[in-house]
Amino acid sequence: MRRAVDLLELLGPVALLVLVGVVGGLGFVDPDLEVEFLTALVSVAMVVSLYVFVGNSGVVSFGHVSFVAVGAFAAGVMTIPVELKPTITPGLFPVLAERSVGNATSLVLAAVVGGVFALAVGIPLMRLSGLAAGIATFAVLGVTHNILANWEKIGPGPLTLTTVPETTGLLQATAGAVAVVTIAFLYQRSRFGRKLRAAREDPAAARAAGIDIHRERLWAFTLSGALSGFAGGLLVHLQGTLHAGDVYLELAFLTLAMLVVGGVGSLWGAVVGALAVSALDSLLGDAESGDLGFVNDLLGHPLWGGSRLVGVAAFMAIVLILLPNGLTRGRELRLLSLGRERPAPQESST
Amino acid sequence: MTQDVQIVLDAIALGSIYGLMAIGIGLVFGVLRLVNFAYGQLIMAGGYAIALTSDRSPLVSIAVCFAVVLALSLAMELVAFRPLRGASPMTMLVATFAISYLLQSIALVRFGSIGKFAVVYPELSSFVTVAGVSVRWITLVSIGVAVLACVLIALLLGRTSIGLQMRAASIDPATARLLGVRANRVITVAVLVAGVLAAVVAVILPLAQSPLVAPDTGLRETIIVLVGVVVGGIDRLVSATLGGFTMGFAVGMLSGYLPSTGSWPFTSSLYLDSAVFMLVIVVLLLRPEGLFTRSRRTAVERV
Repeated sequence: MRRAVDLLELLGPVALLVLVGVVGGLGFVDPDLEVEFLTALVSVAMVVSLYVFVGNSGVVSFGHVSFVAVGAFAAGVMTIPVELKPTITPGLFPVLAERSVGNATSLVLAAVVGGVFALAVGIPLMRLSGLAAGIATFAVLGVTHNILANWEKIGPGPLTLTTVPETTGLLQATAGAVAVVTIAFLYQRSRFGRKLRAAREDPAAARAAGIDIHRERLWAFTLSGALSGFAGGLLVHLQGTLHAGDVYLELAFLTLAMLVVGGVGSLWGAVVGALAVSALDSLLGDAESGDLGFVNDLLGHPLWGGSRLVGVAAFMAIVLILLPNGLTRGRELRLLSLGRERPAPQESST
Repeated sequence: MTQDVQIVLDAIALGSIYGLMAIGIGLVFGVLRLVNFAYGQLIMAGGYAIALTSDRSPLVSIAVCFAVVLALSLAMELVAFRPLRGASPMTMLVATFAISYLLQSIALVRFGSIGKFAVVYPELSSFVTVAGVSVRWITLVSIGVAVLACVLIALLLGRTSIGLQMRAASIDPATARLLGVRANRVITVAVLVAGVLAAVVAVILPLAQSPLVAPDTGLRETIIVLVGVVVGGIDRLVSATLGGFTMGFAVGMLSGYLPSTGSWPFTSSLYLDSAVFMLVIVVLLLRPEGLFTRSRRTAVERV
């Protein structure tokens, strides 16, 4: 019985993601809308990657978008055709300019680059805690963005990377998001995840119990960086183009807000937050462009231009102010009949 | 030589502006334990107030700017900060992040992404020669205003009853309340004083830096100042202010001395931000509790 309850924590989010993938793939949604489903799934991958560190350790990180960024640029630069590299990325180091890899290899590469970068950054930074840690990860993001946006030997620099193969279809997006969720679940159920969560709840007691907080945080940071890099790979193969500005402050804010909106403390929260914000974003976008019939009927015209931007921001601000613990209040998915002590939050939030 | 003096003066002026913002952020942090990421959008709002009243006399523009910024500060406190009392610092930080994003979105939708001219007294941008060194008036004005503001804040905190209460509330909120300090009153005053400083920066910043106000005005400055405040030591107003000043000074010096071209990272002014942030990371590693704090016991363990 207990196993069944535990497994629900994994199967719930996975089922939801597969549902999103299937609904997106069925004929009845407009092909134009498919990209919105893809974006939502890639958002889930990014937010869950962030959750692996932030949720389990309780330390806020603004820096994860830098791992998304290096993963995305690594996967992007290495998959554009060799013959196009001199025009798109003329300044590239010869070793990067002379070869290209396939889609799957590039995703692995993105994960490796993200993980190695996170490990290198984490070794010194994980000694910090509290506000200093948050600000230091911010500084990492600043450095990463600044270098990616200017250094033409490793990427397009101030230009936009184009002609990246658009291989992130519904299958890859769904499988990728499910993979990230599964790894996040396995991690938080593992010895390492439990140690880190113990340290989050009570650092002093955890230390007294022999937990090396620095090392546990570093593990989580590295894993989370690798997953973020992988999500970045999914992102670049979805967009087909990439500019350093795409993976900077706005994305950092959006992913963090999605996580907090859903509820920082649980995997379910990360998935729900990412999907809820993505869904609202898509709905408002469609209403703005006049694709939603009932909005047109109700108002007599499409939703005002800019509603999407303001609406999403307002939604996140309101949720954060009124429900500081997020839509799921930081709990995992539980069904009433199977629940142990607490009543379960239902799926009402999606 | 004269060019060096000029660069140093400009760096001090930038440091002064960032120092003012650091005081605003530090004051609110002191009484609320809230890192206000939306502080830059107060400056943006003030900038738009000036831009939209540019056909009026400068004094009217400045008055409108102050009114708008103070009203927005109060609104933030009532609508956002008050419901968030007692929330975890991380939630509060992300919530102010959301407010910042919301205000930027509103500005983007309402005014578009193209900057508007938001300069009062444009003659302050002209150069004046003092002892063989030519500096812009605004450089001197920024430094003067910052010094004046520091003196006034010091008087407010040191010589008035409400200032004493603010200091008490920031050292130990619970005990301060037990002794009769009214939390909401102290917080409102702190938010308003921070708003006044934001309005001052809104007037000075377009003169000193880019003359155009856009939806992202104040964003980069806020990030740098926030980083500076934490690097300096957010627990004390003096160390937070010095942190903000130091960041401004460092940015000013680096942009004055880094060459404008270079193909490797950190060798040109293209890499100004990464150079500054690298310094920040190093400082945080060496002194995580803050550069200007006195003892090692005040390490921030809040987020």
